[in-house]
Amino acid sequence: MARSKFTSQNRDMRAQALEAVAGGGLIDRRALLGRGMVFASAMSAGVGPAAAAAEPLTDDPWSLEIGEAMSTYQVPSKFEAKVKRTLSNPNNEPRNSHARTPHHLLEGTTTPNGLHFTINHGGVPNIDPDKHRLVIHGLVKQPLEFTLETLSRYPLTSRVSFLECGGNSAPLFSPEPMQETVQALHGLVSCAEWTGVKLSTLLEETGIDAKAKWLIAEGADSPHLSRSVPVKKALDDAMIALYQNGERLMPGNGYPMRLLLPGYEGNMNVKFLRRIKLVEQPQLSMYEARTYSQILPSGKAYRFYFLQEVKSFITYPSHGMALKGPGLYEISGLAYSGTGRIEKVMVSADGGQSWSQAALQEPVLSKAFTRFRMPWRWNGGPATLQSRAWDEAGNVQPTRSEFVAARGELTKPPPILGFANQHYNSITSWGVGSGGEVKHVYA
Amino acid sequence: MFTPKRAILAASLLLATTAGVSLAETPHLGKPIDETAIANWDISILPDGTGLPKGSGTPAQGAPIFAEKCAACHGDYGKGGGAAAALVDDRQINGISASNKTIKNFWPYATTIFDFVRRAMPFQMPHSLTDDEVYALTAYILAENKLIGANDVMNAETLPKVKMPNRDNFIIRFPDRI
Repeated sequence: MARSKFTSQNRDMRAQALEAVAGGGLIDRRALLGRGMVFASAMSAGVGPAAAAAEPLTDDPWSLEIGEAMSTYQVPSKFEAKVKRTLSNPNNEPRNSHARTPHHLLEGTTTPNGLHFTINHGGVPNIDPDKHRLVIHGLVKQPLEFTLETLSRYPLTSRVSFLECGGNSAPLFSPEPMQETVQALHGLVSCAEWTGVKLSTLLEETGIDAKAKWLIAEGADSPHLSRSVPVKKALDDAMIALYQNGERLMPGNGYPMRLLLPGYEGNMNVKFLRRIKLVEQPQLSMYEARTYSQILPSGKAYRFYFLQEVKSFITYPSHGMALKGPGLYEISGLAYSGTGRIEKVMVSADGGQSWSQAALQEPVLSKAFTRFRMPWRWNGGPATLQSRAWDEAGNVQPTRSEFVAARGELTKPPPILGFANQHYNSITSWGVGSGGEVKHVYA
Repeated sequence: MFTPKRAILAASLLLATTAGVSLAETPHLGKPIDETAIANWDISILPDGTGLPKGSGTPAQGAPIFAEKCAACHGDYGKGGGAAAALVDDRQINGISASNKTIKNFWPYATTIFDFVRRAMPFQMPHSLTDDEVYALTAYILAENKLIGANDVMNAETLPKVKMPNRDNFIIRFPDRI
């Protein structure tokens, strides 16, 4: 449906059909169904490019010569070089390393493998898949050893699942909104299709002693990272993942195999998985006894948070972008919940005074990224964009004031790469200035 | 040991997710392995001391090992100033920032020190210390924090008995998920 086919009369009619549903210029999400019309109508508001006399179109150089040879493994266009992860430790100094996903430069719900977030605690190990072993032992009937080759002969299942670091969004514990992109604020969550063997299948073959209530999962990386996982989760939807978006796991994401615990704190999804030991009690490893226990305002601390709770954030427009003038825009963002499917996402353009329901991109999958979209006519004045998600279990993303009342906030802005606290899932607000600039605000 | 009830539960889960596939049809390609063959990998330590190896160490034995292998990152006497966190620190929990967490004011079990040092330290040479060295370093860190006496011996019996001040200050976030 080419825009040029609309007459000016048609445009005026379409424009009248787009009724505001909430303050700040939000338009009924059903307008998205006829997207061509929506954007054609935007032009009718006088903000579209004028059909001025232009220079005649000519062939560009690439249309006049043979292109380059194909590559065996293709990578994005050189013009997309800015679409990359940000690295916290590019020189691999002796500390943790983080790579954050550039959500503001991506669309849809699948994080490309090269852009999936990664955290490693002792560099990325270089594992020979033929020598890698997975051992399951402890409170089992028969300890068993598996290779990548033998696991590949088991019944495989695929599921889409987000993975989120428990410390994602930690900069929002700051008492002031940190002026950072959605990548810096929320870049430690990604979503992929994972394919592997259900852990329950392997535990069926080893047998489980009735005393076993936990399993200890351990990686083959240099810190021998280990976490305790309830057997309850292992028998529910845990997977030994072998493939990520159709290809073998990326090295930084656990090659050649990792534990996948859909909806649970990233660190528990142990990478480079080499050992599972069934035990009666949790081990209280450093990561669970210290790192992933969260100090509360009372001075006590949470232990075994596990769940990545319902959350959403707008990726377009977002901090650091500049709107190029009044007119129609499509607000776009991501929602997800470790509890199940996203039920609905509400969007506000006036800082939460009024809300309208966003369109959800199908399919809406359990414990997976859900893309939401909302048409919005920016009138050129200040606006505050927010999203708020509900999941199918009835959980709702807290407002910032609700969240701070329960979990507290810091007394001063933290280092942007720090993790002063964890499991932040409150609303993110983007302020649009009258010049079109978009900044992180609290509202 | 193996209970039919659990087997039935697992079996029903399996049937529910892979319709039509019966238990007998799982590949059974795992190679049986006995615990003695796993021993070198089995470095899990539980808070009650389960898994702690033989051996022992004292703060005095740990001091020179710490100076040689740990102080470059954790600072002299573990007091920080290097690339890694201080291990000896008297600060109190004040506010919600994780930067307030120290071994003394936060870590609930002394066994975690042994477990982490053995599996992950020194950073560039993980799992290279002997069990006696790990006991000695654990004793040194605990003594410098005044959590044990300067002459106390740490071993599989004494280490789990060290009372860490913050032990009872935790709340299980979602008990129904355990």
